Amino acid sequence: MIPLHYMMSLSAIIFAIGVAGVIIRRNILVMFMSIELMINAVNLAFIALGSRLGSIDGQVIVFFVMTVAAAEAAIGLGIIISVFRNRETVHADDLTLLRW
Amino acid sequence: MVNFSALALIPLFPAFGAVFNLFFGDRLGRRVVNIVGPGVMFAAFAVAAWAFVRLAAMQPGSALVAHLWTWIVAGGFNANVGFRVDALSAVMILIVTGVGALIHVYSVGYMAHDEDFARFFTYLNLFAAAMLILVLADNLLLMFVGWEGVGLCSYLLIGFWYTNPQNSYAGRKAFIVNRIGDAGFLLGTFTIVAALASHGVWTLDFQALRANADLIGSAAATAAALLLFLGATGKSAQIPLYVWLPDAMAGPTPVSALIHAATMVTAGVYMIARLNFLFLMAPSALALVATIGALTALFAATIALVQSDIKKVLAYSTVSQLGYMFLGVGSGAFASGIFHLMTHAFFKGLLFLCAGSVIHALSGEQDMNKMGGLRTKVPITFWTMMVATLAIAAIPPFSGYFSKDLILESAYESGHTGLWLIGVITAGMTSFYMFRLIFLTFFGTSRVEPEREHHLHESPPVMTIPLIILAILAFVGGWRTHGFEQFLAPVVGEFKPAVEANALGLSAIASASGLVGIALAYLFYIQRPELPDALARGMSDLYDLLLNKWYVDELYDAIVTKPLFWGSDNLLNRLADRFVIDGAVNGAGLTVESVGEVARRAETGNVQHYALAYLIGAIGVAAYYLYLVTH
Repeated sequence: MIPLHYMMSLSAIIFAIGVAGVIIRRNILVMFMSIELMINAVNLAFIALGSRLGSIDGQVIVFFVMTVAAAEAAIGLGIIISVFRNRETVHADDLTLLRW
Repeated sequence: MVNFSALALIPLFPAFGAVFNLFFGDRLGRRVVNIVGPGVMFAAFAVAAWAFVRLAAMQPGSALVAHLWTWIVAGGFNANVGFRVDALSAVMILIVTGVGALIHVYSVGYMAHDEDFARFFTYLNLFAAAMLILVLADNLLLMFVGWEGVGLCSYLLIGFWYTNPQNSYAGRKAFIVNRIGDAGFLLGTFTIVAALASHGVWTLDFQALRANADLIGSAAATAAALLLFLGATGKSAQIPLYVWLPDAMAGPTPVSALIHAATMVTAGVYMIARLNFLFLMAPSALALVATIGALTALFAATIALVQSDIKKVLAYSTVSQLGYMFLGVGSGAFASGIFHLMTHAFFKGLLFLCAGSVIHALSGEQDMNKMGGLRTKVPITFWTMMVATLAIAAIPPFSGYFSKDLILESAYESGHTGLWLIGVITAGMTSFYMFRLIFLTFFGTSRVEPEREHHLHESPPVMTIPLIILAILAFVGGWRTHGFEQFLAPVVGEFKPAVEANALGLSAIASASGLVGIALAYLFYIQRPELPDALARGMSDLYDLLLNKWYVDELYDAIVTKPLFWGSDNLLNRLADRFVIDGAVNGAGLTVESVGEVARRAETGNVQHYALAYLIGAIGVAAYYLYLVTH
């Protein structure tokens, strides 16, 4: 039996990597991948806590999240491709049209 | 109390005419409007005559009623839309529809060259409908609806030729001055409601008011009577609110005849006669009515002596004659006031129509100094106007003699000897200025400008036939004095003399006064035409005073209009509106704008900056809850 805090720690580390990726990396494709990392970190936490509490709710929610994440991945990639076609860049610093 | 639902048709016919002319008049053209406009009035007159015949056949004191629907229910109070024809309103509806129909016919000729005929007949029909609601209403509230309706139509018709700013100014003046009176009317109504409500009676129905008059109490009755009389001074052009009527002559002449002579301006007299039980409970208010009436009669007559605009003379004459009516009702002889109201509708309506015919013949000339010698050029107008002038000058056996005589006799017999004397002097002035008008217009040598002389012509039959019919009425209209009084007695009560008087002697004095006036006018304007100018020069101060209408307009301008404008401009416009309200609104906008100017710098458009801010926020929230959990 793997202790809970192992799994929670792993989840937190993956989440922190995702956060750092979104904040630091300038390539929006990488930022997008970092978001996926955060989602999966949360999924891991759901599974771990569900297993610990003997509840099936955690697993059910993970399925929902995976479904939504799949849809979100499709849309997000579509947006990124569209942005690249129009602006010929995936650099976040160049995509600041909505500023003052 | 006999139900007679056809009464509703009396105001409905003109109302239908107004709607029809408004929406289809211009499209269907002049010929249709010329039939529909007067036609609805004749239809209304037929129903009114039918109602009158039915009423005359019934017991004295009975009435025809038509309850249409319940209008307002509020707690114990309710007001109906209901019509009621008793002797008083029967007389009124016959005058309004009868004289009204004749004036509508006349208007067909008078407005024959005006492009806006459809709008004209719309307003005229609408006026008739409102006036009929006023006189038919069975309660004070519905009467007020008609009261306001005629005021609106008066405003619309005075400013009918609105392209001239002076005309629209005159219309606004009439409307605003009437607002003052109408406020009095409303407050008087509230006073009655409040006084009765304290006894648990909630009504404004005339019959119920009469039955419960004792409950009102003399203090409340005096207050209500004074306030209602303020309303009457506005609508009926008495001191101090008469100033709008002379300016109202800016409207087309048939309007002056119908609204500002025959019908609307008499509404105040009708209202007091209708509420006679209330005014009889307030003797001081009634005395004030008589005093104001007599003073107005004299005051307006002095101004009429020197005016040179033919319609202005008639306008001041109307104010003066309305003063007589108030003198009559103020003396407690309500029937005499209504009697003069009726004969005045005939002869003054006729005078205005004749003046209109003269103006029409002279292509719009109104200055009597540019008339003269028209007797042979417009013979029908001349003869009918002569009849009307003899009637207003109270020469027997013309109608005005009987009605004015009755008023003066009542004034004397009620103990108002001073007011009687004023009335007698005014009668002399009346015949002077009226014959001055006749002599200047129809006699002497022609002073008409050559290009107007060129197409000088008698009016077409559509205008002269109403003149002839009204002339007959102005001649015979006063012959049944006693019958008239008896017919009205169940509604307005019988006059009880306080002082014995020799009626024949009084009548002789009044007639002599009128004859002196005629003789003086003859001397001044036929025998020695140079005399008026010499007199005007000799007494130039008095002459200027009269010519400038006692400077009342200037006085009102200085004490009311100017301060009002000053206050509106400086306090309301500059201080309240531009500084406080605009300042608050603009200040709020400016604050948001300047704060935004600074705050917008935070918006970089870079998604990672937003993500960082979001992260810091999320950490902050998490830290807060962690703190709560651990402490």
